[in-house]
Amino acid sequence: MPSRNPPSSHSSPVPVAGPVGLPDSLVGTAMDIDGSHTPEQVIAGLRATSEGEDLVQLLTPEGQRVSHPQFELEISPAELQSLYRDMVLVRRADREAKALQRQGELGLWAPLLGQEAAQIGAGRAMTPQDMAFPSYREHGVAWCRGVDPTEIFGIFRGVDQGSWDPIGTGFQLYTIVIPNQCLHATGYAMGQRLDGKIGDAQNAEATICFFGDGATSQGDVHEGFVWAAVYDAPVVFFCQNNQWAISASLDRQTRVPLYQRARGYGFPGIRVDGNDVLATLAVTRWALRECRTGNGPILIEACTYRMDAHTTSDDPTRYQVAGELEEWKLKDPLERLRVHLVREGLAESEFFDGLAAEADELAVRLRNYCISMPAPGPERIFSKVYAEPTPTVDAERDDYLAYHASFTDVGGAS
Amino acid sequence: MAGTDVPQTITLAKGLNQGLRAAMEADRKVLVMGEDVGRLGGVFRITDGLQKDFGEQRVFDTPLGESGIIGTAVGLAVRGYRPVCEIQFDGFVFPGFDQIVSQLAKLHYRSQGKLPMPVVVRIPHGGGIGAVEHHSESPESYFAHTPGLKVVACANPVDAYWMIQQAIACDDPVIFFEPKRRYWDKAPLDLAMPPLPLFRSRVLRTGTTATVVTYGPTVRTVLDAATVAEQDGHTLEVIDLRTLSPLDLVPVFDSVRRTGRLICVSEAPSEVSLTSEVAARVSQECFYSLAAPVLRVTGFDTPYPPAKCEEDYLPDLDRVLDAVDRVLAY
Repeated sequence: MPSRNPPSSHSSPVPVAGPVGLPDSLVGTAMDIDGSHTPEQVIAGLRATSEGEDLVQLLTPEGQRVSHPQFELEISPAELQSLYRDMVLVRRADREAKALQRQGELGLWAPLLGQEAAQIGAGRAMTPQDMAFPSYREHGVAWCRGVDPTEIFGIFRGVDQGSWDPIGTGFQLYTIVIPNQCLHATGYAMGQRLDGKIGDAQNAEATICFFGDGATSQGDVHEGFVWAAVYDAPVVFFCQNNQWAISASLDRQTRVPLYQRARGYGFPGIRVDGNDVLATLAVTRWALRECRTGNGPILIEACTYRMDAHTTSDDPTRYQVAGELEEWKLKDPLERLRVHLVREGLAESEFFDGLAAEADELAVRLRNYCISMPAPGPERIFSKVYAEPTPTVDAERDDYLAYHASFTDVGGAS
Repeated sequence: MAGTDVPQTITLAKGLNQGLRAAMEADRKVLVMGEDVGRLGGVFRITDGLQKDFGEQRVFDTPLGESGIIGTAVGLAVRGYRPVCEIQFDGFVFPGFDQIVSQLAKLHYRSQGKLPMPVVVRIPHGGGIGAVEHHSESPESYFAHTPGLKVVACANPVDAYWMIQQAIACDDPVIFFEPKRRYWDKAPLDLAMPPLPLFRSRVLRTGTTATVVTYGPTVRTVLDAATVAEQDGHTLEVIDLRTLSPLDLVPVFDSVRRTGRLICVSEAPSEVSLTSEVAARVSQECFYSLAAPVLRVTGFDTPYPPAKCEEDYLPDLDRVLDAVDRVLAY
């Protein structure tokens, strides 16, 4: 059986041979549409996107600092500790959310587990005036923008649809229709350019858009890339390739490594180790700076792994390959930084003990807040459908609230 | 145009053009974007001259993609702009339908007012110009069925001039339908005459025999029918809906309570349409006043036919008069 590996960074993007113009390394794959692949092939494919010479890495899975000719990062021990703290706390919030869902306190949860470095690195690379357009799993970026996890929980508990200030925080509302936000981000970035916010000035701005590997098959990513390129929009497209679009592995989305697609649109694409917070920070910081100074757009593919289900309604055991999760646990984003901090003597045990206590306190606060979040009343249905209210909705509200109140009146209490 | 005292005769297309110009002069956040709207001035020339006068930053050609047009307009609105998007033809709006329904319509609600979406989507609609497929459709019901959107349809040059400005000034997303076969209709525009608010229907002609409700391209058809009906001794009360969402049906209810008879006219297919909605609401509000069932004169429940069939497909004067005869037979 011919190889069905998802294409690696070593395969040529230029068609050179084969009956349908495929490179030799891919001949046969396009014809092989039965969808079957061996566990070995899946594992090999996952390796192909998370290793290799094109992958920017500054901290190995073993916790060793390595250098990169283009992306050096000067970082203090305090900053390293701060990045580690962020990752520990968002992971703890994520695990608490999953537990709350299992206990019926949240209707659903989209786990972050495994993607902490991609999101904290990208989130911490932003300046206050930058704008983020997230998908629905960017709990780590939200954390960096000062959006409290309770506000994320509100969505999944069903009490609101995103309660934070999307302008003031620089973090737009979650977008569930994949990936509508790529166009919103591009339009916003076009506005930044129209407003003259491009350049070397301190108040220069850029936009960053988050989406996943599955999203890259959608037309809105294509149109977002086209629009951003045509208008030189200052937008960083940050693709977290977590290897799975629910149950579809990457070879269902692409024949070339995702970062290489940028070339076809006329802007740079770069692949970064998404489990290395130092690399995601350095690369995203570079990309945002390039955009602010007028050299956007830029595509970043952060290779990472979804260590939990797509959502709590999903069962990854039906499609995940045995051994796959174990492979990625060896590349865990938190563990490699912890090892680095300990081995290099950059943090004492008091730091880790204090952080563990802080994580526990956070979990308790989130739990208590979550279970006491009141459900909105029926008037919420009709609230702010329009900026300028309409007689139709007003009448429906008045009728329904009167009907609702009639039950209260009959018995003297609801 | 502003500053002249003498009413100027303009086409509906010119009314839109002048209205866009006035809106752009009034608010520098207003942008005009779409396919061919810049140098060419749009395939119907509605944006003619705007790029020359307001520059390529405010009036710009987009790449060819309707989702991209609407999606980037959403982002520009988040940024504080007031984009006016041109969709070239009714049948081409559907690649942008997802962005309109999933995002444009919902963001104000989802954010509970933190993200207003003052975006206007202009769509030439309707048939009658002998066009090839996808250039003659009447998709307004899809949008009127979507909470969070406002939907209006202009029918004459004066309304075109005012309604486009009012739509741009509105803080909600407005789907703005333009009756493409009426683009070259003419009327005098008297700037001293104050405009009707945007979300109001208008009684165009009073009568006692029956009420006829319509909007967009068939307004003129119905007015012509009313003129002819008068020769038969029937006076028709003609109401132009103008706003399709929210509907302003109070004038319709008032009228039906007097006439007892209602005919709804639209080019769109009849099933689950604006005409069905008007019929349902009138049956609820005017039940005891109705002397006959509500009749409808519409396009058929088929895809839009080849252009050589459109004279039969589109409601015309005779079909309206036939409905008058039928509604009076009860």
